[in-house]
Amino acid sequence: MTITAPPASGLDASPPRPTRRPRAVRSAIRRVTGVTAPYGFVAPFFMIFIVFGLFPMAYTFWVSLTDRDLLRPDDAKMIGLRNYTDLLHDEFFWNAVKNTFELMLLCTVPQLALALIMAHILNARLRGRMLFRMGVLLPNITSIVAVTIVFGQLFSRDFGLFNWLLGLVGVGNVNWQAGEWSSKIAIAMMVVWRWTGYNALIYLAAMQAIPKEQFEAAAIDGAGTWRQLWHVTLPALRPTIAFTALVSLIGQIQLFTEPLLFDISPGSVSGGTDRQFQTLALFLYEEGFRLRHFGYGSAVAWLMFLLTVILAAFAYFLTRGGARIRGGPGTRHSGRRGRRRPPPGGSAGQPAGRPTGEAVAQSAGEAAGPPAAAAASPAPAPAPTPGPAPASANDDSGPGGSS
Amino acid sequence: MSVTIDKPSDADAASPRTPARAGGWRRPRRSVTPSVSEDERRGLLRYPFLIVVVLLSAFPVYWTFMIPSRTNDVVGQTPPPLLPGGHFLENARRVFDTVEFEKALINSLVVAGSITLCTLFFCSLAGFAFAKLRFRGRGALLAIVIATMMVPVQLGIIPLYIEMQKFGWANHLIAVIAPTAVTAFGVVFMRQYTEQAIPDELLEAGRMDGCSTFGLYWHVVLPGLRPAMAVLGLLTFMQAWNDFMWPLIVLSPQNPTVQVALSTLSAGYYRDNTLVLGGTALGTLPVLLIFAVFGRQIISGIMEGAVKG
Repeated sequence: MTITAPPASGLDASPPRPTRRPRAVRSAIRRVTGVTAPYGFVAPFFMIFIVFGLFPMAYTFWVSLTDRDLLRPDDAKMIGLRNYTDLLHDEFFWNAVKNTFELMLLCTVPQLALALIMAHILNARLRGRMLFRMGVLLPNITSIVAVTIVFGQLFSRDFGLFNWLLGLVGVGNVNWQAGEWSSKIAIAMMVVWRWTGYNALIYLAAMQAIPKEQFEAAAIDGAGTWRQLWHVTLPALRPTIAFTALVSLIGQIQLFTEPLLFDISPGSVSGGTDRQFQTLALFLYEEGFRLRHFGYGSAVAWLMFLLTVILAAFAYFLTRGGARIRGGPGTRHSGRRGRRRPPPGGSAGQPAGRPTGEAVAQSAGEAAGPPAAAAASPAPAPAPTPGPAPASANDDSGPGGSS
Repeated sequence: MSVTIDKPSDADAASPRTPARAGGWRRPRRSVTPSVSEDERRGLLRYPFLIVVVLLSAFPVYWTFMIPSRTNDVVGQTPPPLLPGGHFLENARRVFDTVEFEKALINSLVVAGSITLCTLFFCSLAGFAFAKLRFRGRGALLAIVIATMMVPVQLGIIPLYIEMQKFGWANHLIAVIAPTAVTAFGVVFMRQYTEQAIPDELLEAGRMDGCSTFGLYWHVVLPGLRPAMAVLGLLTFMQAWNDFMWPLIVLSPQNPTVQVALSTLSAGYYRDNTLVLGGTALGTLPVLLIFAVFGRQIISGIMEGAVKG
């Protein structure tokens, strides 16, 4: 930059040197660069997103209307919606849909329930707190490939540890990969193992934002620790739980690595010999990249996208509906605040506007916000909680255990 | 459900009245005391529970390193071995002989390193603009950034692959690096931190000293962002290191990342467990070391991201 600063005040200004540009010109340049610089700063994100995110997404729809494949990459014929009508008659597609939904339930429910219990127990004065937290998060830093390989070994029919343990209690060798349910349970265990601790930390963070007075008040009323979890923690964590559930479900739609690598037949992408654990993402991979049916695969991708949107919208209405019932008349936010404030005010005997109470109420309002943002955009974004989002946003390793 | 609604409203009804509050002051002493001792009693259960949880969390990782330290004969026995042996290096060497593991390690390092550097630079730059600079359309642009976080862009992989072929990038590392070189999460994370950590007065002072806008970023903002950069950098690096689906699609087995090499290794006709898990152990080691050293920062990053956002 050739521009130098104008002196702060006119008093100590040295007489302008001849080489300097006149003040008016200088400030004009400054104004122009000052105006454009912010756009330049945010431009990389938008460029990358448009080129590698938005455009491919939109182009997916276009490709899905063609019979494009590898043999004729540039000579694609428009075939209208035929890929979609074919898909709706494709039993492998429906099989993948069914498997995806079954895995979604098997992965999400135990994972979030366990995470809540873990967070509740971690949320206390503990010795070696950081050590426990690290231990809990350890599974999440390992790669999904590694997890699947290790669990594949643990689940192997003849030499696996799980079958050996089952043998100790008199259960014969289970062929985990072969069974319709055993394979799904095995895959769900990988996902649950990898993501429970992560979600527990998210819940723990949210729990620590609940004012202590609420727990004290509950203790005074004679509530034990588990009743406190049910009556104080759970209601306060509602937005967080909704968010993690949504992220996990969306992650499950994209479940890919586990079913791909859990398959023991080499090179197979069918998710087991009977496709017993082929998910939608794996089906997309098979059609798009193994069989090179780009058009057909794109149709799968687009339907998965619609599924994601529907799921997010559903989650949004569910949480909003719940909030309305709880909050009673009035807006969602004020309802929540009204519900949250009394305990601190009541037990501490101070005006409700205490800094901590206020801050918490605020954060509760913010946390309630995401679903609203979600509805506003076609592709929902539970915004103010980016913590869990990074993984899901970047690539295929969404929190909640996608691959 | 109805219970949870009743509960707070009870407290609500009680709180405005002074007698109840006065009572509330006195009562804690009596009833909190038993709950403290109850707390201690529970503490006895709490630690075993947590220890079991941590053991279950750590066990598969332990297994990853234990199996390759034995030979295949031992691993195939019916009570599987539970303690490590002395064959780790030997199995590790076999990994390098079987697949392009050296290349895979270098590739992964290049990919994860470049993604991390790009993410840190672009995200902090954009985060600074969103946090501290005034410009037309700022709110709308920020809303778009946030909205993109939940767009499942990986569903566009087929066109993305076609695009990479058109660019001539297929099977080049740049195809893995470019799409994640800047993330919405990073931008939002950095915006949040910049807003809190960089005082406006500091920026004013920088302006007075004649900094350009970029100069402000470089000389004033960047040094103040170090803690957030560390957290974002660690998360990004581990993420990039562990990424699998896209590298699998766009790279060939001859030019793999670690994760792709591992999947090749595990897809052999005869599954050689000590070999496959040996590779897995080697591929996990870098993130494990990072986690051991910076675990505290990573955890605080995740937890802060969860609350503040």
